[in-house]
Amino acid sequence: MEKLEFTRVGEQMYHQVLENGLNVFVFPKPEFQKGYAFFATNYGGMDMKFILDGEEHSTPAGVAHFLEHKMFDTEDGNALQDLAANGASPNAFTSSAITGYYFDSTEKFEENLRILLSFVSIPWFTQESVDKEQGIIGQEIGMIEDNPDWKVFMNLMAALYQNHPIRVSVAGSVESISHITAETLYACHKAFYDPANMVLCVAGNVDPEHICDVAREILPKTPGPIAAKDYGTKELDKVAQSVIETEMEVSTPLFQLGYKGDAPGRGDDNLRQELVGELALEALLGNSSPLYAKLYREGLINQNFSYGYESYHGCSFLCAGGESRDPAAVRQAVSDEAARIGREGIDLKLWERLKKGVYGAKVRSLNSFENLCVGQAQAFFAGADYLRFANLFDGITKEDGEGLITRWVTEERTALSVVRPKEARG
Amino acid sequence: MSQVTRRELFPGVWLRAVHTTKFKSAYLSLTMLAPLDQDTAAANALVPSVLRRGSAVHPDMESLSAALDELYGGAIEPVVRKKGETQCVGFAASFLDDAYTLKGEPILEPAAALLGELLLKPLTENGTFSTDYTAGEKANLADRIKGQINDKRTYATHRLTQLMCGEEAFGVDKLGDEAHVEAIAPDSLWQRYQELLNTAAIEVYYCGSAEFDRVEQALKSALSTLPVNENREVPDCEIRISAGAEPRIVEEAMDVAQGKLAMGFRTGGQTCWEEDYPALVMCNAIFGGTTLSKLFMNVREKLSLCYYASSVLEKMKGLVLVSSGIEFDKYETARDEILAQLDQVRKGEIEDWELEGARRTLIGGHLSTLDDQARQEEFWLGQAVAGLDDTIEETAAKFESVTREQVAQAAQKLELDTIYFLKGKEG
Repeated sequence: MEKLEFTRVGEQMYHQVLENGLNVFVFPKPEFQKGYAFFATNYGGMDMKFILDGEEHSTPAGVAHFLEHKMFDTEDGNALQDLAANGASPNAFTSSAITGYYFDSTEKFEENLRILLSFVSIPWFTQESVDKEQGIIGQEIGMIEDNPDWKVFMNLMAALYQNHPIRVSVAGSVESISHITAETLYACHKAFYDPANMVLCVAGNVDPEHICDVAREILPKTPGPIAAKDYGTKELDKVAQSVIETEMEVSTPLFQLGYKGDAPGRGDDNLRQELVGELALEALLGNSSPLYAKLYREGLINQNFSYGYESYHGCSFLCAGGESRDPAAVRQAVSDEAARIGREGIDLKLWERLKKGVYGAKVRSLNSFENLCVGQAQAFFAGADYLRFANLFDGITKEDGEGLITRWVTEERTALSVVRPKEARG
Repeated sequence: MSQVTRRELFPGVWLRAVHTTKFKSAYLSLTMLAPLDQDTAAANALVPSVLRRGSAVHPDMESLSAALDELYGGAIEPVVRKKGETQCVGFAASFLDDAYTLKGEPILEPAAALLGELLLKPLTENGTFSTDYTAGEKANLADRIKGQINDKRTYATHRLTQLMCGEEAFGVDKLGDEAHVEAIAPDSLWQRYQELLNTAAIEVYYCGSAEFDRVEQALKSALSTLPVNENREVPDCEIRISAGAEPRIVEEAMDVAQGKLAMGFRTGGQTCWEEDYPALVMCNAIFGGTTLSKLFMNVREKLSLCYYASSVLEKMKGLVLVSSGIEFDKYETARDEILAQLDQVRKGEIEDWELEGARRTLIGGHLSTLDDQARQEEFWLGQAVAGLDDTIEETAAKFESVTREQVAQAAQKLELDTIYFLKGKEG
């Protein structure tokens, strides 16, 4: 196996591509009690259109998430209970970009790994169980649609993007999932759950070679065809809609501000854009920026204010939001601060301090096996190694941050989503 | 392997340090232990939040954030907890471990100093706390207390505890109550703060790569202006062996869609200080403590009587609290089934997989605590309040030998004390 050393952050990573095309990454952690395994496919909520074996497929919104729910069913019962009976805590999630299944356990790690690899790679659906799941997921969709935090974010996506499928909810709608059949699920499993489209990341007191052997034994021996994804036409810089508002049962207006970024590159370029994006946000409106203190003092934001950089295939954005009595004033203040940074630049002392803070928080987050494994899986699908951030960090300059702010934080690239309290009805 | 050392820094001020190189961060906490009391709970809970707003050296959020950035993005948060009848208030902090700083500069000393500064050198106004900060944090605390009613699941257990332990300190919430928050003024809060500094026993905790002597030195120096008192005492915990002759039954109505049924049992004097404690923990795990438990597998999964059903053990107080979410008209059926499941445990009708599943879950749960700095700190604070010294490994090992008979015996001692049913308002 290939062994990569990341001495600065005290990590080692073993890597192997198996004969069936599966990429295996292992982080040996001899001092830890528990082992963690993350098995993920490069398939998420936004992968609705694809071409497989020369045939075009257009699937309803919500299939990836639906599939995640149904994968735990096995011919003999339910893999969740098998894992729980072994003292493991299993779970799964579907994002716009990936679907991941994982567990951690302090005992019987190998047996649990076999269960994980097996249930994710062997589909077992019946029309009856699919019909039943439609009811369960329908309720879940009802619940999230009542959630104002979700609504304000999804509205922001719809305002930022003209046609990129990041606009579409990962869970789909009650209407869209009503079109899902057992056949849809089998077809999408075949298209995206091939080992060559997947990654296995393991952290714990384990032998890397042995992990590969278990994967070879359980999974198909040879790679299959991989579906080609279609995300539609390239996005313009300009947002689809500058402001989007709706009313819900909230006590204070909720808002999300979005700034449309450039489509990310692959490999180190991908990681670098993420680091510059995060640092630029800290300098512009982060917890220890001058603007944050000003907005907080003026009562325009409160402790629920949060922000982040996100990137997917073909799109990236900065977002910031929380509760505010006057979201438009926050938008104006950020825009003014970006203009000021464009004229005067970022204070060098502030920049150096922010770099220290962001670096420390990133290294501390590596305590979590989940962060390490999910981070590596996502980075791998973007052609990168997650831990390379530590090598790239020093080379990021204040000018990089200023450049990103000047290019992205412009009127043309800004959208504001607001959820207002319902007017009292008399 | 990690090494755990405990030593007295000053009279009644103890340091426990876990030496390990497996984490990227160092964890530091300081906790004042006060007797849980309705009259002081709210003010005690408010103290760390007001202290966290600013010190004499770093008087506002901006300067504190800047100081934390310089320490590689460290975090110091106010924390309020309840362990038995002890209210634990203080700070928990996480910093980059010294081994990973970019230029090899130490973080432990400045981090400990910042913690000491927040505790001992608050920003003052006319000799007391800042009016602004007091008012702001009072509002936040009142919101948190009001917010408790939003989560009906937690609320039902909270009401059950209040009803069951109305005459005991345990009935008091860790955050206090709204009326007492309302009555707090900067000067009365200042008095409470002085009282805590002068009389509360203090637990300091460190987990990271630094050697014990260095940790001790850093904290002694950071806390050097702490008042000296030879009589700091860890609060006690009252234990009631028996429930009343008849269970007390309380029903309340609120505008809710789902009913909540909570049932409180006394453990007949079984607590973390008794030899048969591991059997009691196993008993709770088999009854309702895990997703393999009788309550989860039977009442929820098999009979579909409720949306959730689980039990928790209060190890110092000797209580088992059952919590479930049910349809309003299932009250009697669900209650009877929960009691029937307990009877099964009492009779020793426990399958092998139930017994072993609970044992493996408990052992795995304890051992994985060693992989998480915050959970490890929580464990050791609990031990400190209880005055116990068993390590995590020792505690986990004790589950290996618990038998079915011992589990049944532990269950036989449980006595139903109070039933609380939260139902909907009649239309």
